[in-house]
Amino acid sequence: MSNETHRNEWPLWEVFVRPKAGLDHKHCGSLHAPDATMAVQMAREVYTRRQEGCSVWVVPSSAITASDPGDKDMLFDPMEDKVYRHPTFYELPDEVNHM
Amino acid sequence: MYTQAMDTGPKEERKAIRSAEEAELERRFDARIDDAGFIEAKDWMPEHYRRTLVRQISQHAHSEIVGMLPEGNWVTRAPTLKRKCILLAKIQDEGGHGLYLYAAAETLGVSRDELLDALHSGKAKYSSIFNYPTLTWADIGVIGWLVDGAAIMNQVPLTRCSYAPYARAMVRICREESFHQRQGFDALNVMMREGTDAQRAMVQDAVNRWWWPSLMMFGPPDAESTHSAQSARWGIKRISNDDLRQKFVDATVQQAQVLGVTVPDPLLKWSEERGHFDYGPIDWAEFWRVVGGNGPCNRERLAARVKAWDDGAWVRDAALAHARKQAIKKEAA
Amino acid sequence: MTTSSIAVSNSLHVRYILRLADTCLIHAQRLGEWCGHGPVLEEDIALTNLSLDLLGQARALLTHAGALDGQGHDEDRLAFLRDERDYLNLTLVEQPMRRDSAHSPGGDFADAVVRNLLVAAWLRLHWQRLVESHDGELAAIAAKSLKEARYHVEHAAQWAVRLGDGTEESARRMRAALEKAWIYVPELFADDDADAHAAAAGLGPRRSALRDAWREQISAVLAEARLAMPADGPWVSTGSRGVHSEHMGFILAEMQFLQRSHPEGRW
Repeated sequence: MSNETHRNEWPLWEVFVRPKAGLDHKHCGSLHAPDATMAVQMAREVYTRRQEGCSVWVVPSSAITASDPGDKDMLFDPMEDKVYRHPTFYELPDEVNHM
Repeated sequence: MYTQAMDTGPKEERKAIRSAEEAELERRFDARIDDAGFIEAKDWMPEHYRRTLVRQISQHAHSEIVGMLPEGNWVTRAPTLKRKCILLAKIQDEGGHGLYLYAAAETLGVSRDELLDALHSGKAKYSSIFNYPTLTWADIGVIGWLVDGAAIMNQVPLTRCSYAPYARAMVRICREESFHQRQGFDALNVMMREGTDAQRAMVQDAVNRWWWPSLMMFGPPDAESTHSAQSARWGIKRISNDDLRQKFVDATVQQAQVLGVTVPDPLLKWSEERGHFDYGPIDWAEFWRVVGGNGPCNRERLAARVKAWDDGAWVRDAALAHARKQAIKKEAA
Repeated sequence: MTTSSIAVSNSLHVRYILRLADTCLIHAQRLGEWCGHGPVLEEDIALTNLSLDLLGQARALLTHAGALDGQGHDEDRLAFLRDERDYLNLTLVEQPMRRDSAHSPGGDFADAVVRNLLVAAWLRLHWQRLVESHDGELAAIAAKSLKEARYHVEHAAQWAVRLGDGTEESARRMRAALEKAWIYVPELFADDDADAHAAAAGLGPRRSALRDAWREQISAVLAEARLAMPADGPWVSTGSRGVHSEHMGFILAEMQFLQRSHPEGRW
C-alpha cells in the first residue's frame, strides 16, 4: 500500500452527541472529514438522522489521550476499597434515610 | 445490511509463542473471552484475532457499500413519492452502516483507504448476494424482506461479539435494521393484498429469484466452514451457519404464508420430529461461482464502486488542499 | 396497458405552487442519482439527506396544489401522471448531474455543488417571503422548508469554497460547472403571469423581486471561493412555462414508467 494514498486520506474525527438538553455528550463513533466545519456537518448527517441529538462535538482522533489499558489495575482498582465515597456506605435512621 | 458468515482468507498459521510474557497476555485474553468480557481497541490481542476481525468487519462494511447499488438502481423509478423517500432513507442507512463498520475496523490499526483499496483491487470480498440483479420493483421489497431478514439474523448475535467496537457498531446497526425489513415486507404486502394480478406475479417472480441466494447468505455448511471453530473460541461467531440458516427458514416460511407467496422449494416441508422446516438442497456450485467472481453482476458492482471512488479523487484532494491552506493561514496569523 | 396523462387546471395560483413543487421534485430526482456513487461515504449520506428534504417539500406542495386544483389529484398522481408540458420546474434542475442524458455527457460533483448552491439560495429566498403568504397552507410549508433550506445553502456554500479554493483541478471544474449552469440562470428571475398574480394576491414574491438578494448571496460565496460570477446570457429558458430541455423527457420516462404501466397498481 503506497504512502501516497494515505497522505491524502481525510483525517479521522471522533464524534460525541448530546442526546438531549441536560445530558452529557456521549461518544458514538468516528468519521472522516477534511476539516472541523465539515466534520460537524457530516456528524449531523451520519449520527443524528433519527433525532438522536441536539448537540455534536467532533475531536480529531489524534487529539485524544487514552489511559493505557495495562494501567487499569493501577489507575482504577484503588477506587475499589474507598467505599466510604458511596452513599450506601452510611446507615442512617429511617426518618432521615431519604438523604 | 448483513454479513456473509464465511471466511475465505488463507489459512493462518499460529506463530510460536515468543515469550513467557506473551503467553501470559494470551492466557489473560482467553480468560476474559471465556468470562464473556469485552476486548477494546487498545487491549492486547493475538495478531490472528486482530487480522480475523479486520477481515470480517471490513467484508461486512464492503457489503453494505456494494449493497447500496442494487437498490440504488430503483431510486429514480420508485412508483410513489413515499416509496422513493423510504428507499432513499434505507440506502442511506446502509451507507451509514458501512461507515460505522469501517470506523470499527479502523480501531484495529488499519485505515479506511487501505480497506477500500483492497475492495477496489478485488482482493477483499463482500457478500455475494449483491451480485444479483434487481430486475423489478418487487425485487426491492423482497430484498428488504429476505436479504435484510437474513442480515438481521446474522447480525443480532454479533452485538455480543467479544470485540467491543464491533459489538457497539452492531447494536447501532440492528436498531436501524428492523425498519429495513419491515418496509420491504410492507411493500410486498400491499402489492399482494391490494395490487393487480400483474403485481402479484411480479412479487412471486422476485421471490423465485431471491430465495435461494438469500439462504446462501449464511455461508457454506458447517462441515465446510474452515474458520468457524477459531472464531467461535474467540467469541466472534456465536451461532453456526446451518443453525442460523434453519432459524431463517423457519421464520420466513411463515411470513411467506402471510404474504401469500410460494417458496420456490418443492422439498420444503414441516418436520414434526425435528420441530423445524426441512428444505431442499442448496446449489453450492452456484454459491462458489458467484463468490468466485462469476455471478451476474460482480463486474458491474465493482466497476461502479471503483468509478465512484476514482471520480471522487479530485473532490477529496481539493477538500484536503483547502484545509491545509487554511491551516497555514492560521499559523501565519 | 398504460395510463393517460391527467390534466391540471390553469389556475395561476396552482401554477405558482407547481413551479416550486416541480423544481423541488426534479432537483431531488437528479440528486437521487448520487445515492451509492458519491465521492466519499459521508457526502453520499449528506446528498441523500438533501434529496429527502426536497422530496418532503415537493410532497407537501403537490398535495396542496392538488387540493386547490380540486380534481382529486394527490401528490402521486401529480408527480407521475402529468404530461411533460404541465411540469413547471426550472430548466436548470433538469440538466444532467451525474449520469449521461440525451446527447450530453454526465456531470460531476462540481455540477452538483453549483446546482445546489444556485437552487438552494433561490428556494430559501422564496421560503423567507412565503412565510407571509395569504395562502396559509403555503405559509406553513414555507416555515418548515426554511429550516431545511438554510442548511442546504450552508452545505453548498461550504463545498463551493472548498472546491473553488482547493486545487487547480477543482477550481477548473467549478468554473466549467458555473458556465454550464449560468445559461439557465436568467429564468430564475423571469416573471410570467403566475408571478404577476402572486404579487397581486399576496400569495408570494415575483421571481424578479428575488434577483438582487440572490446575486448578492451568490457573489459572496463565489468571492470566498475565488470564483468569478459568469455574465448573464441573452437567452431565457422556459421550463417554468412547460417547455423544457431535451433532458426532461428522459427524466419523466424513467420516473413515470411504473405508474404508467400499472394503471390500477397499489404500492
